[in-house]
Amino acid sequence: MNSKYMFSLAAVIVLFLLAYIGVAGIGLYGFFGIFIPYAAAFIFAVGVVYRVVDWAQSPVPFRIPSTCGQQKSLPWIKPASFDNPACNGTVLIRMILEIVLFRSLFRNMRFHFNKGNKFSYEWEKWLWLGALAFHWAFFVVVIRHLRFFTEPVPVCIQWLESLDSFFRLEFFADFVQVGLPGVFISGIVLLAAVIYLLLRRMLIPQVNYVSLAADYFPLFLIIAIAVSGIMMRYFTKVDIVGIKEFTMGLVTFHPKIPEGVGSVFYIHIFFVSVLLAYFPFSKLMHLAGIFMSPTRNLANNSRVKRHVNPWNYPVKVHTYEEYEDDFREKMIEAGLPVEKELTTNGG
Amino acid sequence: MANNKQIYDKGKVVAGLVIFVFIVLSPFLYNLGKAAPAPELKLTDKAKAAKECVLPKEEMKAGHMQLLDLWREKVVREASRVYVNTEGKEFAMSLSNTCLDCHSNKADFCDRCHNYASVSPYCWDCHIDNPKEISDAK
Repeated sequence: MNSKYMFSLAAVIVLFLLAYIGVAGIGLYGFFGIFIPYAAAFIFAVGVVYRVVDWAQSPVPFRIPSTCGQQKSLPWIKPASFDNPACNGTVLIRMILEIVLFRSLFRNMRFHFNKGNKFSYEWEKWLWLGALAFHWAFFVVVIRHLRFFTEPVPVCIQWLESLDSFFRLEFFADFVQVGLPGVFISGIVLLAAVIYLLLRRMLIPQVNYVSLAADYFPLFLIIAIAVSGIMMRYFTKVDIVGIKEFTMGLVTFHPKIPEGVGSVFYIHIFFVSVLLAYFPFSKLMHLAGIFMSPTRNLANNSRVKRHVNPWNYPVKVHTYEEYEDDFREKMIEAGLPVEKELTTNGG
Repeated sequence: MANNKQIYDKGKVVAGLVIFVFIVLSPFLYNLGKAAPAPELKLTDKAKAAKECVLPKEEMKAGHMQLLDLWREKVVREASRVYVNTEGKEFAMSLSNTCLDCHSNKADFCDRCHNYASVSPYCWDCHIDNPKEISDAK
């Protein structure tokens, strides 16, 4: 037991109860269905822009990229262009690879003592793999949810859906039937990956030690979102046409509460709304932060180009020429060498 | 330095933010000025006359695909062809002969919701829309 993750878990349970009691108990459909989603979307958009503008006001006068390879040097030394980019073009490629493939996580290593006290390094690819699976699955899930927010649904989203349900997973038992509607693999990968990432934080002592409630909360929240979504699609079942009518109402600013849609749906959108509203205040801002990281997005060109600190203020300097003007006579008297002789001025 | 707040790399930051805001607003912009009413289904005379489907309307709306999947499992793997609903009524477990017998208007019934919700079921990969048209043609 750990108070940090118990706190986060409790927070998610409280959110669940809020939505459940609010909808099933008090019947606040308009509040949870219309007001909260709009407010959350607004907080998300404005909050992210605010944070980014705030970050952009911090000057980064000098080049501080983390370099992971040979710097561009003499022509016969092969540079690591993407790991130690010398110009903006290679920085762009480095950024794209970082954002799309998480190359910095790929470098993750584990240190341990091997055979007694021999220190050794070990390849540790599970974090990279879990993070990659999680983020890509989440991305696919978000994109395919656009089918609820577009009419007609663009062809590319339909392609993504058919690709996502490519594996026609089917499972029959007396108590459960899975197979139709087609199983979206992204939802399962998302849930599996987020649970792995959570267990990793809980069970590996070193990772557990550096984890805070703010690290666990989004994981629990995303698990809750995934579980409620999977519940609706495969188990409790909802009237999908009614839901699309509702979501289309939201994006065309004619919101209308659907009839006969169970409380699982409201719980699902409440969790999503909380995630969106929480976004700008949290570590989830790494979505924008990755673009703003000076250790990634700068070219390592300190030796080629002079970078001047923008907040250098004018310093009052007393040059040697001025010093000599002040003390020339005394210097000559003392026999010190001077650059300008006294005889040049008649006075 | 409070007085000289400025956005560094303004061009790049603003361009990124414009892209972000555009992405967030894209669902709203895509549907701008469009009204997307929910599809209205047309029932055939036969379906109207029958009044009730195999299960209550709400259950069919949300769960018809699971029922069909179950029917296929029962017929194909267990060779049991009769379905008894909650009211004790018996039906032949057949998409072509039972479902599509009443709902013979695929374009005005099945397709309307499926298109709206962007669902492309593989039922019609095998099952023809209306078996009667085929038998008439023979």
